Amino acid sequence: MNKAQFGSPWMPYLLLAPQMLIIAIFFLWPAAEAVRSSFYLEDPFFGTGTFVGLDNYRDALSASDYRRTAIFTGIFVFLVSLLSLSIGLMLAVSADRVLRGKSTYKTLLMWVYAIAPPVAGLIGVMLFDQHIGPLVDFAAIFGWDYRIGVNYWDTGITMIIVATWKQIPYNFIFFLSGLQSIPKSVKEAASIDCSSQNRRFWTITFPLLAPTSFFLLILNIAYAMFETFGMIDLIVKDQPGNSPVTLVYKVYRDGFRGNDLGGSSAQSVILMLLVLVLTIVQFRLIEKRVHYN
Amino acid sequence: MLRTKIYDHFVLLLGVFIMMGPLVVAFMTSTFDHVLIHKEGMQVGWGGKFIETYSTVLSQQGGFTGEVTGWLMTQNSLILGIGFALGKIVVSMLAAYAIVYFRFRAATFCFWIIFLTLLLPLEVRILPSYEVVQQLGLLNSYTGLIVPLIASATGTFFFRQFFKSIPNELVEAARVDGAGPMQFFFDILLPLSKTMMAAIFIIMFVVGWNQYLWPTLMTTDESYFTLVRGIKQIMQIMIGADIPKYNEALAMAMLSMLPPALVIIIFQRMFIKGLVENEK
Amino acid sequence: MTTLRIKNVFKRYPNGAEAVKGVSVEVGDGELVVFVGPSGCGKSTLLRMVAGLEDVTSGEIELSGRVVNDLEPAERNIAMVFQNYALYPHMTVRQNLAYGLKNRGTSKSEIDSKVEAAGKLLQISDFLERKPSQLSGGQRQRVAMGRAIVRDPAIFLFDEPLSNLDAKLRNQMRLEIKSLQRRLKTAAVYVTHDQVEAMTLADRIVVLNNGLIEQVGTPAEVYSRPDSTFVASFIGAPPMNLLSATLTDAGAQLGDQVLPVQTSLRGDVQLGLRPERIKISQSGSGASIEVTIVEELGATRLVHGIVGGQNISVAVDAELPVPTGQAVISFRPDDAHFFHATTGRRL
Repeated sequence: MNKAQFGSPWMPYLLLAPQMLIIAIFFLWPAAEAVRSSFYLEDPFFGTGTFVGLDNYRDALSASDYRRTAIFTGIFVFLVSLLSLSIGLMLAVSADRVLRGKSTYKTLLMWVYAIAPPVAGLIGVMLFDQHIGPLVDFAAIFGWDYRIGVNYWDTGITMIIVATWKQIPYNFIFFLSGLQSIPKSVKEAASIDCSSQNRRFWTITFPLLAPTSFFLLILNIAYAMFETFGMIDLIVKDQPGNSPVTLVYKVYRDGFRGNDLGGSSAQSVILMLLVLVLTIVQFRLIEKRVHYN
Repeated sequence: MLRTKIYDHFVLLLGVFIMMGPLVVAFMTSTFDHVLIHKEGMQVGWGGKFIETYSTVLSQQGGFTGEVTGWLMTQNSLILGIGFALGKIVVSMLAAYAIVYFRFRAATFCFWIIFLTLLLPLEVRILPSYEVVQQLGLLNSYTGLIVPLIASATGTFFFRQFFKSIPNELVEAARVDGAGPMQFFFDILLPLSKTMMAAIFIIMFVVGWNQYLWPTLMTTDESYFTLVRGIKQIMQIMIGADIPKYNEALAMAMLSMLPPALVIIIFQRMFIKGLVENEK
Repeated sequence: MTTLRIKNVFKRYPNGAEAVKGVSVEVGDGELVVFVGPSGCGKSTLLRMVAGLEDVTSGEIELSGRVVNDLEPAERNIAMVFQNYALYPHMTVRQNLAYGLKNRGTSKSEIDSKVEAAGKLLQISDFLERKPSQLSGGQRQRVAMGRAIVRDPAIFLFDEPLSNLDAKLRNQMRLEIKSLQRRLKTAAVYVTHDQVEAMTLADRIVVLNNGLIEQVGTPAEVYSRPDSTFVASFIGAPPMNLLSATLTDAGAQLGDQVLPVQTSLRGDVQLGLRPERIKISQSGSGASIEVTIVEELGATRLVHGIVGGQNISVAVDAELPVPTGQAVISFRPDDAHFFHATTGRRL
C-alpha cells in the first residue's frame, strides 16, 4: 500500500537534511577518498601522490602476507560463525523447552552481550596468559604447551574462542525468539505426528528456523569480519608481530602503523566489494522471507 | 520426557558455566592483590581488596598525564553512549518520517544513499574517515566522537520498518481530523513510537558505550578517554611495567561492563524486541 | 438540494490501472446512499476521492455546492468511519473524539459539550476516559462513529465499517447506524460489499462493477428490476437463477423443457428467475425438475435441481413438503426477467 500521504514541497528535505548531511560528510566523502587513494601511491610525509592505477591492488593481492591474512580470516570467520551459531541454537532449543528457571537461564546467557569486544579480548588474554591463565594450565594437562602471542595458531585459537564466546548470546536471543514465534498449534501437531523429539527438531523446527538461520549467518559473518577488531587488538596487544590478524585489522595496521595509504585503501576497497556481495545476498534473503510470510 | 528435561538443564547449566565462568573468575581475580595474581595465577574466591582496587581505578588511575580517572572515563562513556543513542534516534526518525510519509522527487535517491551506508561499516573506511574528521578539526571532541558513528543508517531502516507497520487508516483519519504533517508527527506518530524508541535507545546505548576503534583513533587527549578505550591504555602499561596490575585492568573491565549489562538485564524484554525487530 | 455531486469522475493510477472509469452520482440532503459491489469494483476508491484521500484524475466532486477536488480532507466538512476504526490507540476515547475539533480551533467548552452529547447519543459516556484497547469491538465501532458525529459534517462517509464485527453485532450496529442517520438527517455514503447491508440501509443503492455504475435505484427497484445479469446475481440472496434459454412462440426453451413466459422477445436470451418466486411441487403441471440436493435454512429450504440440463435453485417455505426425485416447477410469467445473451443488459 502506498503510504505517501503528505505533499509538502520542502518539508521532507528538511527532515532528511541531518541524515543526508552526516552521510555526505562522514560517509560519502571518506568512501570516495578511499577509492581515490587506492589508485595513488602517496607519500605520507609530503602528502603528494602519484597515480599508479591498479598497482596498489596488485601489490596487496600478491603479497604473501595478505594471502596469509586472508586465509586466516576465512578460517576465523567460518569457525566463529559455525560454532557460535550451533552453540546458540543448542542453548535456545533447550531454553525454549524448559519450564523451570527459564528466565534465569535467559538472563545469565544474555549477559555477555553487554561486553565490549576489547573487554572480551582482555579477559581472554588473561585466561590464556602464560603466567596467570587457568586455561593454559588446563591445556597443559593434555601436554599442550599453550603460548599465546608466540605461537601463531595458539593466538589464533584464542581469538576464535573469545570471538565465539562473545557472539553466542546474540545468536541465542535470535534463535530463542525464532523458536517462540513458531505457532503453538504447529508444535502440537508435530508432537502428535512424530514421537521422536530429535526427528521432530530436524524435520519441523529446523526448517521453520531456516529463514532466521540464513539471516543470522550473514550477520555472524559481518560480526566476525568487522566487529571483532577491538578483541583482536587487545589479544595481539597492539603489537601484531607474528600473530594472526583479520583483513580489517590489516587495513588499520597498514594504514596507521605502516603508513601505506594506497595499499590500505586498496584493501579497504576490496573489503567494500566483499560487503557489497554479502549485502546483496542478505537482501535476496529478506525478499525471500517476505514470501515465507 | 524426564530424560529430555535432564538433558535440557544439563545443556543450559553448561552454557551458563561457559558464558558466566570467565566473568566470575575475572571479577574474583580483580579483588586480589596484583602480586599474588602474578605469582599464583587467576583466582577463585574473595580476595578482600575489592574496595581498594575499585576505588583506585575510579579515582586515581592517572594515564600518562595523570589527568584521567575512572570516573571521568565513565562520564565520557555515558556521554558517548547516550549521545550516540539520542542522536541516532532523532536523526533517523526524522529521515524515516520523510521517506515513509512524504511524496517527493528525490525519495528513491535518498533511500539508496541511506541504504549504501549499510554496506560499509566504519571499520572498512576507517582511515579516510579519520582524515576527514582531522581536517574538520574534530579530533578530541565529543562531536567528532559521536557524529561520524551516526552516519550508518541502521536506525533509519528500523524506523522505516516500524512506520510502515502503522495502519494507513490512522494517517487518513488524522488528515480528516485536520492534522498537518507536523501535528501528525507529534500528536500521533511520536506517542505511538515510544516503546520502539526506548528499545532502540537501549540497543544503541550499548553499541555506543562499547565503541572501541573509533574512540581509540579519535581521542589522543586522555580527558576524552572512554572506559573501553582506557582498557587499551592499561594493556600498554601491562606490557611495560614490572608486575602488571592485573587486578586494576580486570576491575576496569568489570566497570565497563556493568552499565550496559544492567541496562540489558533491566529492560530485557524491550532489549530483545528492539534487537530482533531491528535486524529484521 | 443535493449534498454531494460526483460528476464523471475517473481514477487512473500511475501504473496505468483504472479504478474508476467515469462515474456520476448525486446524494441528496439527508439521503443514505450505499455503494455496493465486489472487491476491486472501485467503490472504496470513489469514497476516498470524496474524502480527499485520493486525487481525482478527472471529473468533479462537489460538496454542498462547491467543488472540492483540490481541498484537503479536513477542509471538506466531511466525516469518515474507517473499516478498522482507525482510532488513535494512545489517546482516550474523549481525546479521540476531541482531536479533530481541537485541530479546527474549537473552544474547549464547545468541545466538551459536543463530546458529552455524542457520548450520550452513542451510549459511550461511561468509556470516555478509556483507551481504545480496553473497549470491545462494538464499543470501538461506536467511538469511531462518535468521532464522525462530533464534527457535525455535511456528509458521513462509511468505508465498510461493519466488516470487522461478528454477525450478531453487525446486525445490531447496522440498525443503529440507520436510526442514527435518520435522526441526524445528515447525508451519508456507505460503502460495502455485503448486499444485505446495502438492501437494509440504503435509501438508494449504487451498484458498481469494474469501475462503472451498473445500476442506481432504491433497494426495491434494484431487486425487482435489475438492469443487468451482474446486478441480478449480486443483489438478493440466494442469487437469481440465470438460465440460457431460447425464446420461441411456445415459450422459453431450455433443453427439452419449455417454460411458459409472456414476452414479445424472440431468440437467445438469459432468463432470470428469483428462487423465491418459483413454486415447486411433486406433481402437477409445469416444467419438470430433477431434484438433487435440499439445503435446510430454517424458515425456508433451498431445493437444487436440474431443469433442461441447467442448474436451478428454488426457495421453498419450510412448512411445505420436500419434493424428491422428479418434480415440477412453475412461476408467474411476469416474474421472469430477460437479459441479453451476451451483454447481459436487461431486455
